[in-house]
Amino acid sequence: MTSAAAALERAVWDILASVEDPELPISIVDLGLVRDVQVDGEHVAVRLVPTWIACPALAVIRSRVRNALLSVAGVRDASVEYTYDQPWTLDRLSTRGRAQLTAHGLSVPACRFAEPPVCPYCGSHDVVAESLFGPTLCRATYLCRACHNPFERLKPPADA
Amino acid sequence: MPGTLAAIADPAVREAFREWLLRMADDELVIGHRHSEWTGVGPDIESDVAMSSIAQEELGHARALYEQIAEDEGGDADRLAFGRAAGEYRHAALLEQENEGWEYSIVRLVLYETFEVARLRLVAASGQEPVAGLAQLLTREERYHALFGETWLRRLAGGAPDGPERIQAAVDKAWPDALGLFEATPADALLQHAGVLRTSPGAECDAWVEAVRPVLEGCGLRIPTVTAREGGRRGVHTPAFEELLAQMTEVWRSDPEARW
Repeated sequence: MTSAAAALERAVWDILASVEDPELPISIVDLGLVRDVQVDGEHVAVRLVPTWIACPALAVIRSRVRNALLSVAGVRDASVEYTYDQPWTLDRLSTRGRAQLTAHGLSVPACRFAEPPVCPYCGSHDVVAESLFGPTLCRATYLCRACHNPFERLKPPADA
Repeated sequence: MPGTLAAIADPAVREAFREWLLRMADDELVIGHRHSEWTGVGPDIESDVAMSSIAQEELGHARALYEQIAEDEGGDADRLAFGRAAGEYRHAALLEQENEGWEYSIVRLVLYETFEVARLRLVAASGQEPVAGLAQLLTREERYHALFGETWLRRLAGGAPDGPERIQAAVDKAWPDALGLFEATPADALLQHAGVLRTSPGAECDAWVEAVRPVLEGCGLRIPTVTAREGGRRGVHTPAFEELLAQMTEVWRSDPEARW
């Protein structure tokens, strides 16, 4: 790769890191949505991994990414595609993304949704699931019996 | 990247697989609309939100499947979803029936989800990319629907005093239409012969009965002995679909070229 191409690729990753997910308060890079970036001259191709196929925000994310790419100096055209060859799993979340979601009051499972939930406010395990279906497709709702706070927990698609 | 259909060299196999994709997408679209009718009127707020989320997911799955077809035909997914005559839809009658009570909707959900997961596994094993990968991802999302449906089924079947009777009546009503999910068409035979799908509708149906049997019998419910009501896979629908189609396409028909 030439140094110009490498610089452009760095600029592309920087701009991608500034694109926020419409439903979670973190960048799409921290959420692990970016599968790969290919730079070919002035053309950039980005492949994204959807968290949920049914997520109504997919089209919004695609258009945000496309607009962000086109704002980078040196990019003439951009293609943004979702890829289905790899599932989105919790280990695609960055450490920073995880911390930001937790700070936002969302409980985030360490590895699997099936593990015991933890209250994000008091750390108690004495919690009860209210519904697997929360305010968005990717969140379930719970009640903490220790501190009596309701909370939401990140819900990835079920383990196959 | 070429789409799933463009990658199939044999035109007859391509057409048969298109028929299969369309059928999957139509099933999801129609059941998604029926589930969405519970929005605002579910038995409690959590179930209302859950059924609405399930509806939203089925519609999202339909969109992804229509895109698979549209991509190779230069068309658009919305036109496939909303721009066809009733006889061009390939969903089974089970999905179009009206929501006659929560118990019917729950029974239908359980019967359909069991079928849907098995069908997605078939497609995931078909080797037809990228839709095989898509099917693999969709099975992960359907899992939560089955959990919700089975939890409610147990709750209703245990409800005194008339719970067991009412839920059995719903099973009896849904059963002939559910068997219609497995209506055999020339497309099925062709795909099986070509090695794309490793089963026949008959074998698929037998496996489905064995999968739903422990769920139903575990709730004290009987498996009815009735024959299938077919037609949906060939585009023959009941009057319930005419009404549903008119309603669900109303906005799209007002301006098919509109961009959102």
